[in-house]
Amino acid sequence: MFITMQEFPWAVIIIVLPLSGAMLSFLFPRWVKLLGVLVALSVVAAVVGLGWQVVEQGAQRYAIGGWGAPLGIDLYADGLSLLMLIVTALVCLGVSVYSTGYFNRAYFRRSKANYFWPLWMFLWAALNALFLSSDIFNLYVTLELLGLSAVALVALAGGADALTSAMRYLLVSLLGSLFYLLGVALLYHSFGSLDIVILSQQVEPSPAVWASVGLISIGLLLKTALFPMHFWLPPAHTSAPAPVSALLSALVVKASFYILLRMWLEIFPVGGTALGQLLGLLGSIAILWGGIQALRQTRLKMLIAYSTVAQLGYLFLAFPLGSYIAWKAVLFLLLSHALAKTAMFMAAGNILHFGGHDRIKDFDHVVQYQPLTSAAFALAGASIMGLPPSGGFIGKWLLLEAAIHSGQWWLVIIIIMGGLLAAAYVFKVIGYAFTQSRVSHQTRRVPVHMEWTALVLALAAILLGLAAPWPLALMDIGLPFGEGAAG
Amino acid sequence: MNTVYLYTMVGVGLFTLGLYALLIHSHLLRKILAINVMGSGVFLVLVALAAPTQGAVPDPVPHAMVITGIVVAVSATALALALVLRVRTETGRAELPEEPLE
Repeated sequence: MFITMQEFPWAVIIIVLPLSGAMLSFLFPRWVKLLGVLVALSVVAAVVGLGWQVVEQGAQRYAIGGWGAPLGIDLYADGLSLLMLIVTALVCLGVSVYSTGYFNRAYFRRSKANYFWPLWMFLWAALNALFLSSDIFNLYVTLELLGLSAVALVALAGGADALTSAMRYLLVSLLGSLFYLLGVALLYHSFGSLDIVILSQQVEPSPAVWASVGLISIGLLLKTALFPMHFWLPPAHTSAPAPVSALLSALVVKASFYILLRMWLEIFPVGGTALGQLLGLLGSIAILWGGIQALRQTRLKMLIAYSTVAQLGYLFLAFPLGSYIAWKAVLFLLLSHALAKTAMFMAAGNILHFGGHDRIKDFDHVVQYQPLTSAAFALAGASIMGLPPSGGFIGKWLLLEAAIHSGQWWLVIIIIMGGLLAAAYVFKVIGYAFTQSRVSHQTRRVPVHMEWTALVLALAAILLGLAAPWPLALMDIGLPFGEGAAG
Repeated sequence: MNTVYLYTMVGVGLFTLGLYALLIHSHLLRKILAINVMGSGVFLVLVALAAPTQGAVPDPVPHAMVITGIVVAVSATALALALVLRVRTETGRAELPEEPLE
């Protein structure tokens, strides 16, 4: 049977490609690097194919195996999931190029390096499946796949720190999934369906629904590391190898936020309730607490990890606002943070590789020896701070606009203070990058493509601000913003 | 009280018991067992709610969910046990440090 370009199942290809790549790299460990880069390139091509379909024909729905929605599992791609897939593809392409250099290092045994590639591809497959799922139980399965591969990747670094943080991460991740699953059980019992679209048409407030709102929210907040449930994030993100830290901070925590967003916007009958105010309050505390903690850190990777805690706080400011523009603002922040944070962790990885440590005070002429890495860190920092014309600026600007519009001035103050704290910790790092260190270190050469990958991703975070209308328009295709859905 | 709600309540009870054990025990093996007890609680809720009225034909979808859930739980437990062994060889104790590293 001949399949035309219009109905080619790109959504399935996007999931199957990294999955088969992962299994092939177990079978052929000699070819892992080549396989990794090939898979990355072909997934990017498949995402372009899906993007073309979504833009031309609107939201796509694909029934796996020909079984329809009530019984079977549907894949669903709209503007929101497409944006997440695009940013995932960009970050993962960057990570694959970076890792060809990173895992060549002398102290990474060949066997260890070989494990990175299949685990990373499993992680990518889980992310893609998660962003394409339209079934809340399937989302549970993808969350678990994501959690297990992420934990294994953290443990890859070896050593007591990495192993204990991986263990803590695993326990937190499983706990979050179980809360989520119990919530799913209650929702299924109440409405007899697992499909997001069917649920959104049927849900009406009842005690069981409120219980499942609570359970699902707790589970996902734990995985998204919202203050005060962030305790596991800094150690896990710090002790992982640099490309893994980038994946975790840029994508993995965002995946559970994405599910939460979809649930709140499409299923739950909660708009502007006290629960939303509470999430906004916790987000605000996360911004300030994360910023202050980042400022206090003496190690670069720890600083970046606390910066992630703060930046995740911004995402929750949309819940008390609840307006169309606020949701778009935080999604935009999510995209720009993903790119900028990947660049930052890669830059940190380069500095660590070059000098053998990441103690901020002992940086020795980093700017002079690694101009590209320093530029990448500074540009990514500009986006995190929210300087124009970066992507971070557009996101914060829209968020400010939404806050002023709804008259919630305390949020305006929080957003501005968060920006100032971010500026303080980014400049702290850049300041030390110019100075000379009292202790001299043995230095190692950093492969040029590792520096360039960091720089290109940082530039992408800046350029996102200039290309802002395009992703904002893409969000309007399909649910949750199109079709007059909740918002 | 009919049996469906009895089983559901037992499921919720197991979930809570597991959560309590997860929080207060420091030995990692106990934590893993606690997570498994919590999982069994969720599975029991799913199976109990599959047959809302006694004697009716039960809904197969929650059963499929439980089977999938068991597969996930087995793999997660395997990974957790492997990690515990590694943590023990590295640190000499099968416990997490009180304070996360600075």
